[in-house]
Amino acid sequence: MKYQSQAVAKPYFVFALILFIAQIVFGLVLGMQYVVGDFLFPEIPFNVARMVHTNTLIVWLLFGFMGATYYLVPEETQCELYSPKLAWILFWVFAVAAVLTVIGYLAVPYAVLAKITGNEYFPTMGREFLEQPTITKIGIVIVCLGFLYNVGMTILRGRKTVVNMVLITGLIGLAVFFLFAFYNPVSLTLDKYFWWWVVHLWVEGVWELILGAILAFILIKTTGVDREVVEKWLYLIIAMALISGILGTGHHYFFIGAPEYWLWIGSVFSAIEPLPFFMMMLFAYSMIKQRRRDHPNKAAVAWALGCTIMAFLGAGVWGFLHTLAPVNYYTHGSQITAAHGHLAFFGAYVMIVLAIISYAWPQMKGRLCNSPQAQRVEILSIWVMCLSMLAITLLLTAAGVVQVMLQRMPADGVALSYMITQDAISSIYWARLISGVFFGLGIALYLYSFVIAQRTHHLAPALEQPR
Amino acid sequence: MNAINSAALKKVPGDLAMWVFIMAELAVFALLLISIALAAHQQPETFRAGVQTLHPIFGLLNTFALLSGSACLVYAVEQSHDYPQRILQGLFATLLLGSVYVLFKSIEYYSLWQAGYHLRSGTFYFLYYFVTFFHFMHVLLGMVIVFVVRQRIQQGTYPQIEDQHAGLESAGSYWHMVDLVWLVLFPLLYLVYL
Repeated sequence: MKYQSQAVAKPYFVFALILFIAQIVFGLVLGMQYVVGDFLFPEIPFNVARMVHTNTLIVWLLFGFMGATYYLVPEETQCELYSPKLAWILFWVFAVAAVLTVIGYLAVPYAVLAKITGNEYFPTMGREFLEQPTITKIGIVIVCLGFLYNVGMTILRGRKTVVNMVLITGLIGLAVFFLFAFYNPVSLTLDKYFWWWVVHLWVEGVWELILGAILAFILIKTTGVDREVVEKWLYLIIAMALISGILGTGHHYFFIGAPEYWLWIGSVFSAIEPLPFFMMMLFAYSMIKQRRRDHPNKAAVAWALGCTIMAFLGAGVWGFLHTLAPVNYYTHGSQITAAHGHLAFFGAYVMIVLAIISYAWPQMKGRLCNSPQAQRVEILSIWVMCLSMLAITLLLTAAGVVQVMLQRMPADGVALSYMITQDAISSIYWARLISGVFFGLGIALYLYSFVIAQRTHHLAPALEQPR
Repeated sequence: MNAINSAALKKVPGDLAMWVFIMAELAVFALLLISIALAAHQQPETFRAGVQTLHPIFGLLNTFALLSGSACLVYAVEQSHDYPQRILQGLFATLLLGSVYVLFKSIEYYSLWQAGYHLRSGTFYFLYYFVTFFHFMHVLLGMVIVFVVRQRIQQGTYPQIEDQHAGLESAGSYWHMVDLVWLVLFPLLYLVYL
């Protein structure tokens, strides 16, 4: 760690990991509820568990992105963070808001939560991923503004690199598109149309910029390849990500009441969406191949490389599987979507946040990297998590195929109902639950690597003292 | 073939990164052109009727504008670096011809729009507007690239003469890509179903 203010990333990373654990616990509850319908009912109904599972995911990734930004921006700008104090205040505001919101989800019925928080005066609740009470959403906007101010001022007074420019562009985009969460038209078509401006333009648009910037930073640091080469790749990747991602929004507009021409736009540009992810994979491998030094933090490099492969598979290949309009006609909203969602979020965003934590955490503890023993356990945890997530994805894909064949493809009167179809695929759901348990074990191993790192810190190479 | 020529052949003109971008762009255009061909195959009557409302003369003039722009760029690339004025003239002519394309295409859009044809007037008009506008945006991007390269040459901000040449070649490669796409798009939209 070259600058003392980088240490402010630490609480963000810790809180991100706490929410990650919560997300997986609720994921396992959901997996169980798929096969034992009344599991934990009425204490934790399926809709509540699902809401906590997806909301904690989004929020912990945001914490991860913020931590990553606070860590890498001082190094890129070559100056201390504008206001570490503001970063700490915003951390507590965001963390308290996140905890209160989750408690609200679990403690009272959702309708009661809406009433308590005054949703009737400014209704924004009740939509997937955007279930947070309006007051929480306003809190998120305030945190984002403060965060952007802090980071923006740091960049303004320091060195401007392509990495921090791409990062800040992605972060501004993230804040701007979140504003559509406040637009809640009565028309269901319009509602869905603009809802995707938050959800899709986040994960298949501006988040890719954040992903690209963090990946480029890790690769510059671990490979020693010329910044100029890395920046050129970054430009290409973000250009392709935006060209394909923005118009790729069209694949969400099939059959929801939007104009018919979206069938063409959505299909064509979705077919291009795997390209930036493929380029990201080529980029990472090419940088490793051209490396000028062997960085001792093998675990961080493994996360970064793994991220590009899993993101290509999850966001690229599994995305393309069902985004051509004639295919989506049958697969819309089936378990195939769930398969894609799981692998894409894990590969692209979970892994990049864990990669930067893996790179930054030892440095914030005064070590260049963790001891070889700790890294071995961490790399094992990467394999366990990746393989179990692949298993979850393949099983959900199989479930989706069966669902489409039984429920969607047969003619009216022959097609099975939703619940009968779910019964028919329960054995696949059991296998998915087992894979989920393995994923949980992967996280346990990952956390255990921190314990080993602490115990064996004397075996790890020390870092030069901060300025 | 001697060793020098063979080495020159192995290297792509301009920056390799530009070629990666060009290939990606060509992939997008290939899908769009296939979409037009597919839709035309499915709805030949709609396409025949739609093509009648277009202005092939504008299309032809635009073809000349883009191809002449390419020729001027080639002229600029082939000039000796001892005569930077000629390079600047060549690039200026490309920009001028690009502007001619932009002008004619805008007139064409305006007249079609005035005649009551828009994005939702059917598959043909959607594909016409969408694909040609996507191409139109690429012409504009090509002009921006040529303009930036010209400015850098004029201000002498290229560190070495090789960098300047690579910049020129990259701009030329991109412009030719935009040209190439138009050479397929023009007959596909304006002529095949005439």
